Amino acid sequence: MKEIISAQHLAYSYPGVDDTPGIAVFEDLNLMVEEGSFVAILGTNGCGKSTLAKHFNSILLPTGGKVYVCGIDTSLEERIMSVRRNVGMVFQNPDNQIVANVVEEDVAFGPENLGIASPEIRQRVDRALKQVGMYEYRNHAPHLLSGGQKQRVAIAGVIAMEPRCIVLDEPTAMLDPRGRQEVMDTILALNREKGITVVLITHHMDEAARCGRVVVLHKGKIAADGTPEVVFSQVEMLHGIGLEAPETVELCWKLNQCGFHLPLDKLSCEDCARAIFDAVGGGTAT
Amino acid sequence: MLKDITLGQYFPGNSPVHRLDPRTKLLALLAYIIALFCARSWIGYGLLLLLLLTAIRVSQIPGKAIVRGMKPLAMILVFTGILNLFFNREGKILFQVLGIVITSGGVQRAAFMVVRILMLVSGTFLLTYTTSPISLTDGLESLMSPLKRLHMPVHELSMMMCIALRFIPTLIEETDKIMSAQKARGADFENGSLMDRARALIPILVPLFISAFRRADELATAMECRCYQGGEGRTKMKLLHFHRGDLVTFALMAALVAAVLALGSFGM
Repeated sequence: MKEIISAQHLAYSYPGVDDTPGIAVFEDLNLMVEEGSFVAILGTNGCGKSTLAKHFNSILLPTGGKVYVCGIDTSLEERIMSVRRNVGMVFQNPDNQIVANVVEEDVAFGPENLGIASPEIRQRVDRALKQVGMYEYRNHAPHLLSGGQKQRVAIAGVIAMEPRCIVLDEPTAMLDPRGRQEVMDTILALNREKGITVVLITHHMDEAARCGRVVVLHKGKIAADGTPEVVFSQVEMLHGIGLEAPETVELCWKLNQCGFHLPLDKLSCEDCARAIFDAVGGGTAT
Repeated sequence: MLKDITLGQYFPGNSPVHRLDPRTKLLALLAYIIALFCARSWIGYGLLLLLLLTAIRVSQIPGKAIVRGMKPLAMILVFTGILNLFFNREGKILFQVLGIVITSGGVQRAAFMVVRILMLVSGTFLLTYTTSPISLTDGLESLMSPLKRLHMPVHELSMMMCIALRFIPTLIEETDKIMSAQKARGADFENGSLMDRARALIPILVPLFISAFRRADELATAMECRCYQGGEGRTKMKLLHFHRGDLVTFALMAALVAAVLALGSFGM
């Protein structure tokens, strides 16, 4: 499959104040995201997740190496708009990314910036709002919506620009469990139905477990990369860098400490229960 | 308590007044204000009042809402009335006690001034009650667009207004939160001298400003991510169009202003 984002020997350090040296976040990071895939980026606070995300649409430019989006070098000043048109960003706090005081006007903001003709904008806005399930709220004021609804409006604002890839920087961090569920369902559906590439930066292991590929970042380096089953079964490694595996894997791992021999790649409750059932010798199971 | 602030409050609706182009409403308001200042007689005021009442009636805005909006004006109205009553010495003397002279000219002037302010304010209310802030800013941007030639940042101004309106509720909520947090730690906003109470506001304002700046920074990044690069090459989802109702309004307003001005020139 074709790659949509590729970071090659990426180096970045935040500029220092006055004479103090800058803080290096990445020294030599290589990462490729395939078109149409659903990638979760995990890591503790300060591991460089958000910094990495900001490289994907030219908000930050590498101090060394290159980042290519759809084959375009993100550091080319004159191509910035094509980069941003292809990679949409959704941030943590929905309040700080909604521009207008009517839902549909906010969703129209991106397409309006692209200079699209009015009737086409109208169509895109309606389509985007329907996709995130917020069409009935198109005339509402954003501040009266719940967190999950606001975040879905923000996502609609991004997909109305019809990007090929969406980068979400901890979109569920400020939401309650229900809001998280709504947002996760929305982005999973976008990936499945529209084939939009999704890069999801998150703290929540259960969200990462639903992705096709998990990348674990630690101190600016990739600590693990693979399917959720492969990454999460490395429980000791995850603990070593201050993360946890999803609850089901943690349970199996702890049982193993007590002498069981359970597999560590069961991510769903059903699979986990089945594995435990088998292990305790539920011989009567059919 | 902070939720009570009505700033540019909008009553959603679908009356003929709501449906008018925001530019028509802005221009009509302007014409109305000019006419109001040119009117010199009860006939002139009567005509304008008739127009105002008809417009309010058609807009289906509850009269109560307009009266409620007037309340903060009571002091100004009383003040204006009294000043005009006592310090105008034209016309017949009606009343004279202890050097206070009240003349017929004074009474008339005071009444005119009070009526003028009331009509001025209710006219503006009618505009903000029937026009959503976003179409109001759109209308202003469109009306002021000729100024772009003079390098006036028209688009930027209307964008600023739009964002400011959008963030008022958010910041009010934030202020509420900060106040609760400070109260929980023993801050006292209600008691003490004026100075004490003013000083108690500092621990609210400082975090509020810091968070407003942080929000501004994040919002700017989010806007950049959505390809915002100023008004250049930007399109609009909702284009403004003049309809038949707008033409009718224009004709009506023109006739009315002409009538009031004509009456004024005859000293009526």
